[in-house]
Amino acid sequence: MKEWARDPRMNAEKNSLENVVCEAVVEIKNADGIHMRPAMQFVDIANRYKSNITVSNNETQVDGKSIMQMSILAATCGTKLKIKAEGSDAQEVIEMLRELIEDKMFGEPAP
Amino acid sequence: MKFEDFVCFEATVPEFEAADRDGAIAELVSSLNKAGKLGESNSKAITRAVIKRENEASTGMGKGVAVPHVNHKAVKDVVAAVGQSQAGIDFSALDKQPVYTVILLISPVNEPDKHLQAMENIFRNLQYEKFRRFLRQCRSAEQIEDLLREVDEGSSLL
Repeated sequence: MKEWARDPRMNAEKNSLENVVCEAVVEIKNADGIHMRPAMQFVDIANRYKSNITVSNNETQVDGKSIMQMSILAATCGTKLKIKAEGSDAQEVIEMLRELIEDKMFGEPAP
Repeated sequence: MKFEDFVCFEATVPEFEAADRDGAIAELVSSLNKAGKLGESNSKAITRAVIKRENEASTGMGKGVAVPHVNHKAVKDVVAAVGQSQAGIDFSALDKQPVYTVILLISPVNEPDKHLQAMENIFRNLQYEKFRRFLRQCRSAEQIEDLLREVDEGSSLL
């Protein structure tokens, strides 16, 4: 079993050799939430991958490669977001984004 | 959060005198100061803080709009001023295009959620091509106020 598949927060499904769907629920941990600078870091990583990426809270779903759309999430500290990637590199990008948000906390302090 | 909750309509700059980024930011800060929104704080210090932030990474998100911003103890609530340039201003925007609408946002220190809510409102509306076009067509502070209030009321405009 691959590493990512053991993580209960991640759920990946391989439809074919090329089209992988991978999802993760992440929690925002830095005090200031996803303001413009974190949103840019997120979009920068997302755009390095081929997969389509959508990010959603309970109300809104946005394109994870668009800085304007990411700003619409107004994701405050403590907010949980669902990130979904679809494409051949879906697993990698989900892991990179999860690490940015939860482990690196966008390089910002916790509350 | 609605536009009327944080935009100071009194401080609108319908046409910048300045032709450059720093001048436009200074005009908006000074306009907010004249409207009494910045308390005793020094406009020049706030202008410098906004420019310093802008130099770290452009807030020109593309599509002709920039949202320069800073957290500052001068304000207890989020406050914004809108300014426009017919000719366009170089903001080193992400899409390398000139900026025609500048929304300056000053947010209180230690209230990150309020800042995010104001940004949410701004960017949700800026998504709409019609909104950006109508905004750019405004020629007076009154027209800008009318447009933003119409959007607040959830008009079918967009």
